[in-house]
Amino acid sequence: MSTDVAEAVRTETVPNVGRPLDRVDGPAKATGEAKYAADHDYPGLAHAALVHATVARGRVTALDTEAARAVRGVIDVLTHENAPRMRPVKRFSLGSFVKGSSVNYLATDEVHWDGQPIAVVVAETPAAARHAASLVRATYEELPAAVDFAAEEPKAVPQKGNAMFSSAADKGDANAALAVAPVSVDLRFVTPPYNHNAIEPHATTAVWNGNRLTVHDGTQSIAFVRKHLAMRFGVPERDIRVLAPYVGGGFGGKGMVWAGTLLAVLAARATGRAVRLALTRESVYRTVGGRTPTTQRVALGADRDGRLTALVHTSVARSGGMPEQVTSASRHLYAAETVHLRQNVVHLDLVPPTAMRAPGEAVGTFALESAVDELAWRLDMDPIELRMRNEPERDPLTGKAFSHRMLREAYALGTERFGWRERDPRAGAMRDGRWLVGMGVATAYHQPIRFPASVTVRMGADGAVVVRCGLHEIGVGAATVQRQIAADQLGVPLESVRVEVGDSDLPAGPIAAGSGQTASAAASVLAACDKLKRQLLALAGPPLRGRAIGDVQARDGGLFHGGGGRTYAEILAGAGRDHVEAAVKDGWVNFLARSARDGRRWVHGASGAHFCEVRVDADTGEVRVSRWLGVFDVGRVINAKTAAGQLRGGIVMGLGMALSEQTLVDPRTGRVVNASLSEYHVPVHADVPRIDVHCLDDPDPTTPLGLLGVGEVGVTGVPAAVANAVRHATGKRVADLPITLDKLL
Amino acid sequence: MKPFAYVKPADVEAALRAVATEPGAKFLGGGTNLVDLMREGVERPDTVIDVTGLPLDAVDDLPDGGLRIGALVRNSVLAADPRIRARYPMLSQALLAGASPQLRNMATVGGNLLQRTRCAYFYDAAAACNKREPGAGCDALDGFTRGHAVLGVSGSCIAAHPSDMCVALAALDAVVEVRSVRGDRRIPIGEFHLLPGDTPQNETALAPDELITAVELPALPVAARSRYRKVRDRASYAFALVSVAAALEVRDGAVAGVRLALGGVGAKPWRARAAEEALLGGAADEAAFRRAAEAELAAATVRPGNAFKTALATATIAATLRELAREEDAG
Ligand SMILES: Cc1cc2nc3c(=O)[nH]c(=O)nc-3n(C[C@H](O)[C@H](O)[C@H](O)COP(=O)(O)OP(=O)(O)OC[C@H]3O[C@@H](n4cnc5c(N)ncnc54)[C@H](O)[C@@H]3O)c2cc1C
Ligand code: SF4
Repeated sequence: MSTDVAEAVRTETVPNVGRPLDRVDGPAKATGEAKYAADHDYPGLAHAALVHATVARGRVTALDTEAARAVRGVIDVLTHENAPRMRPVKRFSLGSFVKGSSVNYLATDEVHWDGQPIAVVVAETPAAARHAASLVRATYEELPAAVDFAAEEPKAVPQKGNAMFSSAADKGDANAALAVAPVSVDLRFVTPPYNHNAIEPHATTAVWNGNRLTVHDGTQSIAFVRKHLAMRFGVPERDIRVLAPYVGGGFGGKGMVWAGTLLAVLAARATGRAVRLALTRESVYRTVGGRTPTTQRVALGADRDGRLTALVHTSVARSGGMPEQVTSASRHLYAAETVHLRQNVVHLDLVPPTAMRAPGEAVGTFALESAVDELAWRLDMDPIELRMRNEPERDPLTGKAFSHRMLREAYALGTERFGWRERDPRAGAMRDGRWLVGMGVATAYHQPIRFPASVTVRMGADGAVVVRCGLHEIGVGAATVQRQIAADQLGVPLESVRVEVGDSDLPAGPIAAGSGQTASAAASVLAACDKLKRQLLALAGPPLRGRAIGDVQARDGGLFHGGGGRTYAEILAGAGRDHVEAAVKDGWVNFLARSARDGRRWVHGASGAHFCEVRVDADTGEVRVSRWLGVFDVGRVINAKTAAGQLRGGIVMGLGMALSEQTLVDPRTGRVVNASLSEYHVPVHADVPRIDVHCLDDPDPTTPLGLLGVGEVGVTGVPAAVANAVRHATGKRVADLPITLDKLL
Repeated sequence: MKPFAYVKPADVEAALRAVATEPGAKFLGGGTNLVDLMREGVERPDTVIDVTGLPLDAVDDLPDGGLRIGALVRNSVLAADPRIRARYPMLSQALLAGASPQLRNMATVGGNLLQRTRCAYFYDAAAACNKREPGAGCDALDGFTRGHAVLGVSGSCIAAHPSDMCVALAALDAVVEVRSVRGDRRIPIGEFHLLPGDTPQNETALAPDELITAVELPALPVAARSRYRKVRDRASYAFALVSVAAALEVRDGAVAGVRLALGGVGAKPWRARAAEEALLGGAADEAAFRRAAEAELAAATVRPGNAFKTALATATIAATLRELAREEDAG
């Protein structure tokens, strides 16, 4: 049975939605009560550690585990020579469509990348496991490997498109238009690989009970984990329970099923013990993919008034992980007369890349928005003015309507709030002591995805409401916002609503990805509340009997019509029921139908305008971001506090991309050289200024509750805004990230 | 981490006896470097001698106006000491520019003197490193060298000395006091750290059984007007790409006194003697500052990844001296 959740759109203003409420998970986290995947104890719990391959490609010819086995407390050392076999991955399986998770760990002697696990040590203590793992010695027969992105990049081949994202587009003949454009820019951009660096390193606790399996896993997708484990270990899904009530951040790095999860379960099976595998930070770098590096070309042609006559955006990224939609923002942001978009990929023998916050858009907008800024310099035009002259009325490539588009409003508001008019348009003209001051803007754009979400809502005789949905609390306030929605829909106080999340025994939730978790679940929560009210109305006696659902109001803990009505407790008591429950079942079939239908009608996108001020040390080239404003159109804001947290977090991540982060892969060996947080430079507090976030808070008329999505749009455009501000401060265009001081000396 | 024995002696004599009799013993200060290296398998002591219980945690005035700093004084305590802040501001600033508050609360002066390079290949057991395994080769030479040194390097090793504190100590002509069962020694800071040459595994003049007991700072009036400037890849909590410890005295437009040392660029904390010589007695102006810096960096041996350091060091030296000269003007 399926309910079309889009039918249940409600747009009336309501008391809890929109309030900046604290997160319900806050106290448990602040007090340390919240239990993460590595915090669960079981009788006889054993601890595992990984041994990583130290060649990029080849075969393990010998594995000496004797010294490891001799360490006191070691229970077993699992290798391809003795480990139970996992079943191979089926050709198409969500949750394993990243090649990294399809590798049949410990099944063969093959090595596919430097860092791939080649052995697992299980011991009585984590210290014994890690020490023993360091004593395992491998010898290899090495095979030629492609590990240097810069060297392999010329061999790129066209990326395969998929149903959701195509990898190429043309409108007219953009290259011809470019050649004759009165004003043009043609730039090449380079972005390095990045890693997610969630605060909680990946961890799994696995317990077999006969053929039944319980897994505590830090994951962004309980459903993927369960499905994947069922496939690999040959047990029915119903015999597997995956628990993830708290996840310490993911950013895409916990969206797929990676080695740690599989090997914890395998180790538990092999040893007959409950096993915890808490990856070290280094093991995360070596076994979990990050953001693909890219090279990009953006060429823009314009007439002298700044109207775009040509937009060319081509990219090379790595294959093997997510198909990254690097040029997708270039489809929707500018009304160029001609457009040429191509995405290419190159194969490397490295841990496969995966989605990382705004995959594609985060790096694609760096190139596009830097190039637009550079065009403004060529035209001697204000960069906001240039954008406004090219702001499209309808989607430039397809002619479809935008469901919602407020970039003009975002820039107008930002111009006032940021004091953009005080910007001296000349490069290097604003100075404050030793600092060269610069201001830059860039557009943020991200298309959220609405995933399937099943939900039940239960009303008890005492008025207590329980919303159940396998959501992922990855630090976003997942339960908090659904509680606000349900309370409003049912007209009950917040305190009487409890939201249960993070368990595969619950109705299947959406994956925490694509900026879609909240909106996806909200749609189903709305539908379920609607259903529940209908059931309650049917049970209600006078004065509600015979009323249509549209004529009654849910408020004050009951259903009312005019002055008369009944509380839920009264309705249930009158009907002799101790509860009623409504279920909304949603699945991938619905998802495909819905996506196709919506996609035909509208282009959905969250967007925003970033305003950045930097200071560049005139002697040393050190860049400090001194002010930030982001004005966003994310549709309706359910909770101003959690939404701002997401947007601000995205901006901080973007500052890291812009200025300091990069995963260093040794081009000789394919080995990650800075596999630690002391050498991989995420921004520290001193790097982050006060970030002013403003949401326009205007509901999208085409989505349930008017939501778009806030998780990823914040990071898009940030590196470009920084690069554009640096250009203004110094006159230098840095087109390869990160913008380190040596590029400005 | 390899299993090890742990002892915590209560007095210096017991610590010295322990280190003399236990083969493979190492002292443990705050543990912020040693424990990391043990976790990585780079250090593998059989016995760890925790010295934090020893009574070596005082900062005492010396009769001539200098200070004697106990080897166990924590970095954060030393940075906050009013005498250090008044007489040797560059040292206080250098300490505060290092690591994070939590680490500085743990880190000791003795441990800071002996902290080892942050060269990523040194840390990675899968890489070739002459310092870790003499004769194995050096993966850094053709690898990522952004953090590596350009002065005092050799064909065997180009690791940079990571300490901020030691750069200030080098500028201040500190003396390291050490003791073993064989007796006491005083080692001038300039002789304490060794250049890599063909033996990068030998990093200091300290013998394995010697305990650092104190660091002595001579009286140095010029240091009262001094500063430490650290340039790095983020605003805080990163090692120096280039750092400069400088003291300057200008009389009648000419340099009457100067102390200059560099971090991030040297195989050891780098006293910039060539620059000091070039400056002394000359004009205190921008051109002279740059010329002096260039004189020091003339000896640089760079790799593609760290070639920018000569220009960066030159600019940072000039900027630091300029600011000191301006302070002088201001009074
Ligand atoms: C993430 C991180 C960032 C850092 N950033 C910086 C930075 O920016 N700048 C900077 O300068 N430093 C930085 N550090 C390094 C830090 O300053 C050193 O780790 C610290 O000073 C070492 O002091 P400790 O007392 O903890 O030494 P330990 O780790 O205890 O010991 C280090 C060495 O000294 C020996 N030792 C200790 N005490 C004595 C003694 N009294 N006599 C003889 N031998 C002794 C030990 O045997 C060991 O070999 C950073 C460290 C970390 C972990
Ligand atoms: S630079 Fe020195 S420490 Fe680094 S790998 Fe080479 S020898 Fe080892």
